[in-house]
Amino acid sequence: MIPIALTIGFSAVMVSMFMALFRLIRGPRLVDRILALDTLSINAIALLMLVGIYLRSDMFFEAALLIAMLGFVGTVSLSKHAVGRSVIE
Amino acid sequence: MTLLLVILIPLLGAMLPPLMMRWGRGASAGSAILVTLAALGAWGSMVPAALRGEGATFKLPWIPALGLNLSLTLDGLALLFSGLILGIGLLVVLYAKDYLYKSDPMGRFFAYLLLFMGAMLGVVLSANLLLTVVFWELTSITSFLLIGFWGHRADARRGARMALTITGLGGLCFLGGALLLGHLAGTFEIAELTSLRDSTLSHGWYVPALVLILLGAFTKSAQFPFQFWLPQAMAAPTPVSSYLHSATMVKAGVFLIARLHPALGGSEVWFYLVGGVGLATLLVGAFLANLAYDLKGLLAYSTVSHLGLIVALLGIGTQYAVVAAIFHILNHALFKASLFMSAGIVDHQAGTRDLRSLGGLWRLLPFTAPLALIAAAAMAGLPPLNGFLSKELFLEQTLELPFAAGPWWLVPALATLGALLSMGYAVRFGVNTFLGPQPKTFPKPPIEPPWGMRIPVALLVAGCVAIGLLPDLLGAPIVELAAAASSYLEVEGVHFALWHGFTPALLMSGIAIVGGVGLWYLQRWFVPVFDQSIPLPSGERLFRATIAGLVDLSRSAKRAFHPGKLQTAIAWMILSVVLLVGSALLVKLPRWTPSPADIDPSLLGGVALLLLAIGAALYFHRRRAVSLAILGAVGLLLSMGFVYLSAPDLALTQLSVEVSTIVLMLLALHLLPAQSVKERVGLHHLRDGVLALGAAVVVGTLTWLLLIDPPTSATSAYYLAQSKPGGGGTNVVNVILVDFRGFDTFGEVIVLGIAALGVYAMLFGMGLPTRWTRPETPDESAYPLMLGVVARVLLPLALVVGIYLFLRGHNEPGGGFVAGLVFSAAIILQYLASGIGWTQHKMNIPFHPLIALGIFVAGLTGVIAIAFGQPFLRSWFEYYHVPILGEIELASAMAFDLGVTLTVVGGLLMVLVNLSKLPRSTSVRPLTLAEEED
Repeated sequence: MIPIALTIGFSAVMVSMFMALFRLIRGPRLVDRILALDTLSINAIALLMLVGIYLRSDMFFEAALLIAMLGFVGTVSLSKHAVGRSVIE
Repeated sequence: MTLLLVILIPLLGAMLPPLMMRWGRGASAGSAILVTLAALGAWGSMVPAALRGEGATFKLPWIPALGLNLSLTLDGLALLFSGLILGIGLLVVLYAKDYLYKSDPMGRFFAYLLLFMGAMLGVVLSANLLLTVVFWELTSITSFLLIGFWGHRADARRGARMALTITGLGGLCFLGGALLLGHLAGTFEIAELTSLRDSTLSHGWYVPALVLILLGAFTKSAQFPFQFWLPQAMAAPTPVSSYLHSATMVKAGVFLIARLHPALGGSEVWFYLVGGVGLATLLVGAFLANLAYDLKGLLAYSTVSHLGLIVALLGIGTQYAVVAAIFHILNHALFKASLFMSAGIVDHQAGTRDLRSLGGLWRLLPFTAPLALIAAAAMAGLPPLNGFLSKELFLEQTLELPFAAGPWWLVPALATLGALLSMGYAVRFGVNTFLGPQPKTFPKPPIEPPWGMRIPVALLVAGCVAIGLLPDLLGAPIVELAAAASSYLEVEGVHFALWHGFTPALLMSGIAIVGGVGLWYLQRWFVPVFDQSIPLPSGERLFRATIAGLVDLSRSAKRAFHPGKLQTAIAWMILSVVLLVGSALLVKLPRWTPSPADIDPSLLGGVALLLLAIGAALYFHRRRAVSLAILGAVGLLLSMGFVYLSAPDLALTQLSVEVSTIVLMLLALHLLPAQSVKERVGLHHLRDGVLALGAAVVVGTLTWLLLIDPPTSATSAYYLAQSKPGGGGTNVVNVILVDFRGFDTFGEVIVLGIAALGVYAMLFGMGLPTRWTRPETPDESAYPLMLGVVARVLLPLALVVGIYLFLRGHNEPGGGFVAGLVFSAAIILQYLASGIGWTQHKMNIPFHPLIALGIFVAGLTGVIAIAFGQPFLRSWFEYYHVPILGEIELASAMAFDLGVTLTVVGGLLMVLVNLSKLPRSTSVRPLTLAEEED
């Protein structure tokens, strides 16, 4: 049961990452690309969780925790830059 | 023990004269005299035993593994030389006291002189070849200091540099030869080398070792073709010239030849090399002395010539030749020192050293003139002075050579020619200076100098006369003893006499004397000829041209590799890596046939993502913000790759670094144009492309080879096995970082601190504002409220996560570095959300002390290990049972990790916060596209 669920889960996440990457490359404006990057981070969290379930280990939980906690800092910085302001002022 | 004292007293006593200067020049000179007397006393106490043939010895192992021992001996040769060094040294100190001008720093002068004296004593008393090399170099350095004593004069500086270069290079050759000799003989002790002479001479390395050692000796004693540095060294004060360049330092080379003659001499190579160079030097030096206008220059060339005579005699190597050589060493020291001192008196009193401006001084210097003339007569080899005796012996020895050297009359004829030229310049010195017509004016009105300058000359000249009249009584004992120590043959029954009968040697002397006077008459015609039309090959010009050429060569080499552009330097680095690593890989590349089963299908998706992202980053490389966003994605995917390869620590580190990297890049991008310059494609791009491709292939292959390495290799097995018992932790990566390779990490943490300080230093002069205020028109987009609230809530949570990662790092993925990065990210978020002013007001973290504290804590952990008798950074761990928490482990590695964390936080924050202040600086403004094109 679990292996089937895992296969479906992995495939879904992979497809989602490809779509986010597509938007990252294609997105006409910087804003689209920033959102794509953010989405990619969330997908990475999902991937890490699935890997943890697959390996029956909690070794990668902290990595997902870090992405969740700090991933948006990159998004915010890029947004501030897109608006034209200095990142820290 | 007394032997060691003889060397140590001058070396340590050299500190006294500068210290005594506060009580005046007299006290300073007095201390120098006292030190020399003390050394003389110590030496004198050992003389009686030495004269009986039972000279004192001293041996102390210094570095036994290298064969270097502090071995000293006072045999005949050492006795003669040390007597000369100390005796003439005392006279020179007396002379210098009155010679040095009021403006000369006397304390420093005597300090250098005493240091030299100690070093020279070390050379002659040493019984270990390596020890001799050590003291040899010391004499080179101290003589450099003495020659360049009048540092304000360009010629003194030049002469000192030239002397140091040449004698230094010679010293290097001497070291090489000594090492060869010690290696082939198995020992560096000179006494043992002597007994191994036969096996040494038949060894294959004999000739190279001999040539190298002789190079050292020839450069030191200014033998042909290295004779040009000695006249340049005449820019030194006269006491220095009379001590170093007549009596002692230049004799060091001759001493070495005499010292090693029993160990290396007697072969054909020795005869031709040593004898030939000596004879050539004799002639060249004597010839050039005839052309000299400078009194001291004349004496310098004469010294070169006389040393050549001694060397030639040592080259001949028969018993009586060695006796003659030793006798001439003694005589030459006596008359040459006095001649230099008289020249110094003339210079000091009349103000000039030029022969064209001197004459008739016998009327004005009635005490000095006769002494100088007697000394000049000794130099020329006139009876009944000591110079005559040794010159006669020399001429006699040239008639019986141990090996063939052309027709029987060739070498004696050349020797006579040399003696003739000697007479010529001696007459030139004596007559042109003291006799003959007086010039209209002298630069200074000459009067007799103080007694301190006249007594040494008188004593030395008295010595010349005494030895000349009573050679058997005064000279023979010590000469016999010294010659016995310098020869592998038996030397005994040495007798000197003024009159030997009508021998061929007497005839040769007669021809030389008469011819020399005739030469003097002809000088007024042929000397100007050489001055104006015939340019002699100048060793000095050649030397300077060589040095200039070498400097030019290194400059152009530097320009080729480092023209100031970063791209060129990096290109060279990458090329070297590609060539070196690539060639090594080609050798070791194993055979591998790929099979489909080796490729994991789930990997394909991830690899495709990564390659797409990298390709996009390359495609958009000119649009900076876009490529940065794509690079963020690349970093994320790379972390996923680390996860796939079971490296959770790396994944954690990569993720936390991403945050700081993006912030850093954006801070810089704010000041740059949004797009980079479009470059025109050129040939150099092709070169760069090939280089990049090559590097990629090499590095990729290397990585792949590492990845297919079976996981049971010895190193990883060791670390895996030892991590828990030896390091106390189950996270092998962390244990390696803070325990096994803790010293590496310590160094890297220091480098991180230095890099952060470097960035700060770079920004320091750019006018960053010290007080920070909110921007003049704060609007919503500057400090969005939502962001501020979230950041505030996130701060304690992130800090807890950081502490958690820090504490569990030893046994689970985490550690000090990741914790530091998480702390920095959390704090940077505050700066991001609420601005520099607000954040620094609320939380003023001192960055410099933080970095220093981190390094200090890390170092302290290591030092505490030393206090417990363990090596630096040995870690300690212990398990404790705590009531509620259960069993916990305390390890000193945690303190080390703390140091790492503090440094990371301090360094990272320092860089980011200071960079963020840059837009408001007074001297920096954002770069426009037009400016970037330049």
